[in-house]
Amino acid sequence: MPTHTFVLNGQPVTVEAPDDMPLLWVLRDKLGVTGPKYGCGVGVCRACTSHLDGQEFQPCTRSVKDCAGHTVTTIEGLADGETLHPVQEAWLSCDVAQCGFCQPGQIMAAVALLRRTSNPTDADIDQIQNVCRCGTYPRIREAIKQAAARQPAQP
Amino acid sequence: MPARTGAVSPARRVPPISTSIAPSDSTGRPGDAGQPHPLNRPGTATEAGPHLTRDASADTSTDTTAAAGPTGRRRFLTYLLAAPTLTIGARLGLDTAAPATAQAATPGAAQAAQAAHAAAAARDAAPPQLLGLPGIPDVIDLGDAMILAGLPTSHLLVLEITPAGRAVLYLPRLEVGQGLTTAIAMMVAEELDAKLTDVDVPLSDGRPELLFNQLTGGSNSVRSLYDPVRGAAAAARARLVTAAARRWNVPADSLRTADSAVLAPDGRRAGYGELAADAATVVLPAVPGTPKPADRLRLVGTPTGRIDARDIVTGRAKYAGDLQVPGAVPTVVARPTTVNGTLKSLDASAARAMPGVLGVVQIPSGVAVLAETFDQALKARDALRTSWNPGPVAGLSDADVKARLRSAHLPFLIPPLLTQYVDGEFDFAFVNHAPMEVLTAIADVRPNRAELWFAAQSPIVAQQTIAAELGLPQSAVTVHVVRGGGSFGRRLFFDAALEAALISKAAGRPVKLMWTRNDDMRHGRMRPASHHRVRATYALGQVLSWEHRAATVKTDLGHGLGEALSAAGFSLSVAGLSLAQAFFLLTEKNPYNVGVPTQLLSELPLAVHTGSWRSVYSGSVRVADEIMMDELARRMGQDEVAFRRARLRGAAGRAVLDTVAAKGDWGRPLPPGQAQGIGYHDEHGSIAAYLVELDATDRANPRVTKAVIAADVGRVINPKGLEAQLTGALVDGISVILQAGNHLDNGAFREGSYGDFHYARQRHTPPTVEIHLLPPSGSPGGAGELGVPAASAAVANAYARATGTSPRSFPINF
Repeated sequence: MPTHTFVLNGQPVTVEAPDDMPLLWVLRDKLGVTGPKYGCGVGVCRACTSHLDGQEFQPCTRSVKDCAGHTVTTIEGLADGETLHPVQEAWLSCDVAQCGFCQPGQIMAAVALLRRTSNPTDADIDQIQNVCRCGTYPRIREAIKQAAARQPAQP
Repeated sequence: MPARTGAVSPARRVPPISTSIAPSDSTGRPGDAGQPHPLNRPGTATEAGPHLTRDASADTSTDTTAAAGPTGRRRFLTYLLAAPTLTIGARLGLDTAAPATAQAATPGAAQAAQAAHAAAAARDAAPPQLLGLPGIPDVIDLGDAMILAGLPTSHLLVLEITPAGRAVLYLPRLEVGQGLTTAIAMMVAEELDAKLTDVDVPLSDGRPELLFNQLTGGSNSVRSLYDPVRGAAAAARARLVTAAARRWNVPADSLRTADSAVLAPDGRRAGYGELAADAATVVLPAVPGTPKPADRLRLVGTPTGRIDARDIVTGRAKYAGDLQVPGAVPTVVARPTTVNGTLKSLDASAARAMPGVLGVVQIPSGVAVLAETFDQALKARDALRTSWNPGPVAGLSDADVKARLRSAHLPFLIPPLLTQYVDGEFDFAFVNHAPMEVLTAIADVRPNRAELWFAAQSPIVAQQTIAAELGLPQSAVTVHVVRGGGSFGRRLFFDAALEAALISKAAGRPVKLMWTRNDDMRHGRMRPASHHRVRATYALGQVLSWEHRAATVKTDLGHGLGEALSAAGFSLSVAGLSLAQAFFLLTEKNPYNVGVPTQLLSELPLAVHTGSWRSVYSGSVRVADEIMMDELARRMGQDEVAFRRARLRGAAGRAVLDTVAAKGDWGRPLPPGQAQGIGYHDEHGSIAAYLVELDATDRANPRVTKAVIAADVGRVINPKGLEAQLTGALVDGISVILQAGNHLDNGAFREGSYGDFHYARQRHTPPTVEIHLLPPSGSPGGAGELGVPAASAAVANAYARATGTSPRSFPINF
């Protein structure tokens, strides 16, 4: 079986998996990284949203082979140890979550948006496609604005 | 001694899990003579109704608080359980239907709402209208019935204070995002004077001895648990104080408690953890174990973030699919091409030969594939060569279902011979629950026992059913209840757990079964499609009659609710009612004085998978009624809000309506193509009104641009949690009215994922949402489902006003 090497949440990992295995199942079933969630498997619910080289992507529709040699960040790798990322802090401050299942993906999508646009408008925020079946959207909007206000210059 | 429903003899109080019992009843709370529940305040039609009041002045042993204030009606039966550390049991389900407590201090933020409340009371002399008949839910609603069902079970809610200083409340309910664990932790921390961060609320395994007291549904959890949880925590606090008094040899009443510790006037301090073992020996506490009066609440009623929020934002929160149960292998199921189809032929040879595949197993609902990873299981599932027999509804499509529903109606009773009338007919589509976390269950079935892990709203029924299917005694089956990623009614059913058990038994190994999104969209459960006929007659400015005929595809209520209602004394067969009709009667009412209202349900049995969907019948029945209220108001030349206000039976309801109208600036001019819409609903002992503004300039893509929400839920435990529920209901209303539903095409559901099931995204929700909570009073009402009917109605009414149309079929863009 082929092996694939990439950087996962700051650590190099090598994993044996078929080339076409979606990264989501490599993360969840082979590496025990369960922050990215399965919600549809076809990239529309975006509950698995993570970062590939700092850009938002959906591991359920990206093969492990395509990730080899790249840097993957999941929700588990967002905080700096026990120091949360400002977007995570904003999520706590606004008490965004209800069931919480989509929130790792929502947070990763928000971080990616703030990297693209440090001061997003409502129209920018509306472009986020991640589904939240509990309907936490208004608090997601508020949290993104709060994070933007506190962190004008995103790295 | 007054008759008291559910009174128990001392012998029956003995809980089976305890070996040493010391009843520590305490009665009454200062201030209990305060304001009654919002829906039962003077001036409402319900005041004459036989409310479920139980006078508990009898049969008490220690009432040391009566001198502190008016004696109330409530009592708190708690027990010291034999354990090395302080462990308190509290009777579940006792007295929670009694009217309630004192008026609390009003938070500053709610002063405007209070003013509106007062103004409403001043204007309480509503214009003269024909009195309507109160509905059954005005007198006893579903939640009351569920609480009654729990009364005869003398089993216990358990609170433990560990030597490490943790206060652990074992919760016999499911957390699916509704914020219950946080609300419960707040109640415990409040009555213990503990830090919120010192409280843990794990979900109890299925406990069959709880009978009807482990069903999460009906917006009933806070309503049914508020008193027992407070009672347990207050009893624990009394014993901790007593233990400290003994240790320091000082009078117990000289001590106080704060921040998880007992404090002496001289500055000595003992943490709860270090007192826990001593407190376990305190049979008779030296201070009363009585919950606080409302005016001393410091945490309950305060906006509080979820206790699991940090776990969620760091990805540490574990759902069933995230659990690592040794040996449990990824498993998926190939399913028929039509709903309830059956396997005709199977060739699994190619699938079995694929890498990672560990087994192929046939079960009644399909063919299971076990593999080392879900990816391999899914690929092998796709490699199965199967053919399927058509299911019982093959050939049936939406149009057929609609036609059958129309012909299933019971006739109207009142012919509009001499009066003017308005008729309306409404269609509501099937709607999938679509919780974000797909159904997932881990099962480990061995020859003599079985163990399951899943998000269960009805773990006891699941345990009974799975045991029967496996041929095991119920006691040999353990159900571990795991947090759920959303539910909306879906997890009342344990479809995946039952399948997982059968697969594990057949395969002889533990399995982790996951339904795909497609599985749940096409073979999962739906809010039943329904058709409604509403007719109102009127003359001389008066509504004379209101008839509502609902015909719905039969709702599957087979998750223990029927047993609960029977236990509550509803003899369904004698009354000639189906379970669904009993449920309908207990939940559906018209809140307005509209002459003689009748509401009847007809059910169309159809072999598709249905289930209660957040707000159940109210999600269509009350929406149709609210649309008709708007149309009738316009027909009679009246403003839609004023028309409702003049007919609302309760003053509390008028206050909520007034608040939303004032805060939402009802009637403000908007450009063409945009309009406001109003919706009102009361249920579960709570009231909500929604005012939305909607831009329908592009009718294919209408957008709610602003929402203002007002609610009175009686005693608010956590305003942040309540606001979250009201907001979620808004997004549900936007979704099911404008764009989200499921089509039945020739016996199969068309939609397969969120790509075609159009539950709202961020771009469909209003940038501005304002929520106004009326001042807390009385006991807590339910709030999980409350907002859905009012929000849906407001969206539909705004669309109608913005477009000048009369929408009749939902979702509108489907």
